[in-house]
Amino acid sequence: MPYLDHAATAPMLPEAIAAMTEQLGRVGNPSSLHAAGRRARRVVEESREIIAEAFQARPSEVIFTSGGTEADNLAVKGLYWQRRDLGGRRVVTSAIEHHAVLDAVHWLGEHEGAEVVYLPVDALGRVRPADLEAALTEDTALVSVMWANNEIGTVQPIAELTALARARGVPFHSDAVQAAPFLPVTLGGPDAVTLSAHKLGGPLGVGALLLAKGVDPTPVLHGGGQERDVRSGTLDTPAIAGFAAAVQATAARREEATRRVSALRDLLIDRIRAEVPDAVLNGDPADRLPGNAHFSFPGCEGDALLMLLDARGVSCSTGSACSAGVAQPSHVLLAMGVDPELARGSLRFSLGHDSTEDDVKALAEVIGPVVERARRAGLT
Amino acid sequence: MTLRVLAAMSGGVDSAVAAARAAEAGYDVTGVHMALSANPQSYRTGARGCCTVEDSRDARRAADVIGIPFYVWDLAERFHRDVVEDFVAEYAAGRTPNPCLRCNEKIKFEALLDKALALGFDAVCTGHYARVADGVLARGVDEGKDQSYVLAVCTREQLRHAIFPLGGSTKAEIRAEAARRDLLVADKPDSHDICFIADGDTRGFLASRLGASKGPIVDESGVVVGEHEGAYGFTVGQRKGLRIGTPAPDGKPRYVLDISPVTNTVRVGPREALDVTEITADRLVGFAGPPPARCAVQLRAHGEVYECVPEVSGGVLRLRLARPARGVAPGQAAVLYAGDTVLGSATITATAHPAATAS
Repeated sequence: MPYLDHAATAPMLPEAIAAMTEQLGRVGNPSSLHAAGRRARRVVEESREIIAEAFQARPSEVIFTSGGTEADNLAVKGLYWQRRDLGGRRVVTSAIEHHAVLDAVHWLGEHEGAEVVYLPVDALGRVRPADLEAALTEDTALVSVMWANNEIGTVQPIAELTALARARGVPFHSDAVQAAPFLPVTLGGPDAVTLSAHKLGGPLGVGALLLAKGVDPTPVLHGGGQERDVRSGTLDTPAIAGFAAAVQATAARREEATRRVSALRDLLIDRIRAEVPDAVLNGDPADRLPGNAHFSFPGCEGDALLMLLDARGVSCSTGSACSAGVAQPSHVLLAMGVDPELARGSLRFSLGHDSTEDDVKALAEVIGPVVERARRAGLT
Repeated sequence: MTLRVLAAMSGGVDSAVAAARAAEAGYDVTGVHMALSANPQSYRTGARGCCTVEDSRDARRAADVIGIPFYVWDLAERFHRDVVEDFVAEYAAGRTPNPCLRCNEKIKFEALLDKALALGFDAVCTGHYARVADGVLARGVDEGKDQSYVLAVCTREQLRHAIFPLGGSTKAEIRAEAARRDLLVADKPDSHDICFIADGDTRGFLASRLGASKGPIVDESGVVVGEHEGAYGFTVGQRKGLRIGTPAPDGKPRYVLDISPVTNTVRVGPREALDVTEITADRLVGFAGPPPARCAVQLRAHGEVYECVPEVSGGVLRLRLARPARGVAPGQAAVLYAGDTVLGSATITATAHPAATAS
């Protein structure tokens, strides 16, 4: 059963399962002062050190959260609130962010007085540094641009973008949820970086905001102040242990995995093009996530393609946002200027650490007839 | 080869049990919830509707329990065009449409069925209370729930691809069976009214689409007895909400007799004037041949049944009723029955009253 939806969630790595299950049966709140608490605290802090090292941050710069969405909200809202007190009004982001950033920014505009600037992207989904430069003003509170896009896989010129923000003294946040499994993500450039454990082989329900020293967003969650007084809530020791194990294993194999998965991804793209010659590859053909292949199939409806592939055991995604299960045309594709009709017939195939050539072959065997059938059903 | 069946799942108890029965019968069943509004909040919210996020979740849970794959299909554009806009246009033309009937005709057994067939399914299964065999429709055994009237607008070809697993059961049996099958929707209330009119205020809905347009209310002799805000707000046979200042000479209540959209006039008169003995209808659907010399006709969903003499010529159906029917409006469907079997359906275009018939 080819699982080609690693960008939604990746299978847990054996190292992560082992590390997590080892902790599940043990009692101890990391904030407790007794022996059980100290034992749990030790696990948390060792995990923090592992994660910090992998992303070239200091342990104190790792803020554990419940996942990517919370980390994005903390960065975007927290930095805006903190900077608003200093006269910051403008929030600069890209038109193709994940909804965890996009909707948070939109909310700040609607309810908190933010002046929101959405940077456009080119036809390959890239933010142009010149657009960011033009958008930066004296009163810009923060910039948030994702490291790599979750739908189309395009990698952003993060080094250039962060340099521009730094020159103006504006904090820069980047959602690296999709980039972290493969790319050398570090806190060196941006001031805040979002991570999610389950995208890189760790457990669901845990993530982190890497937060440079001296960058102190206003908290979103108030309470015990467990994480540097920026984030409250009892630390989830087993999940954090699993997260760290996944990060460690991923970091150790990064180059090899990137090479292997990129080659598989290229094979997948070639095979789809061979089977469906008019399929359109979306995103940057060169600078894209190793595991991502995003296609539009003219004359097809994405949900029909997904169902037909699902019935043949292939799991993938239409890559579009869902509310009430109703597929909306992808805001990412629309921002790239893709024709809305064509955008409806899009599928994202995403590979990961356990993907094999057999997965790609299985997809290649069925994609031709599936597209043909979906085309017969047409667009409703 | 196993029949591949697409079960339309609204999130309600009927379609859930229908899907479960189809799966139990050995068909290869896939559940599909039709999203009928691009923005679900704009249509009905609450438990009664058919288009809410909650209904979609209920349908998904039912599919989980039954153990079948489940998807949501976006048919909002088609629904808006073929049902909602048609509903408004029909009222604007002075007719009385039945949107549920239209939805069966255009959405469930056209848009959905066509897509299902194209994608490799053999049939569509729904939770309607009706029976079907080789494209011939018959009443469901639960008289109170029978939905053959709103399905009769489907062609035999459409019905050949329809499966109605509930036709032989009563609603009470279905609720009990849902509970037995651990379908959590077992005690969900029945849906009523029109699913795309959120608050049930049809007149308000039409007013917001068509705008206010004042016009006269006249009596049978043409004397103006009142004023209305838009002729579309009235249906033939309506008594309440006329707000006529001057009472009728005989002091009896007055009813809407007909609506003229061209002159924006609503004509009212006494109850007897609503009596109809002759009906003309077109858009004939489902007839395998000429109707028998005598048969029965039903003029509205869950309405009375009248004996009649049908006659078809030039694609037009004329009916002479054995006894008068009341409140029959152009736009409604006239469905002909022989016993429980549906002979065919047609759309009413005109009616005649006993007095007119005599002259």
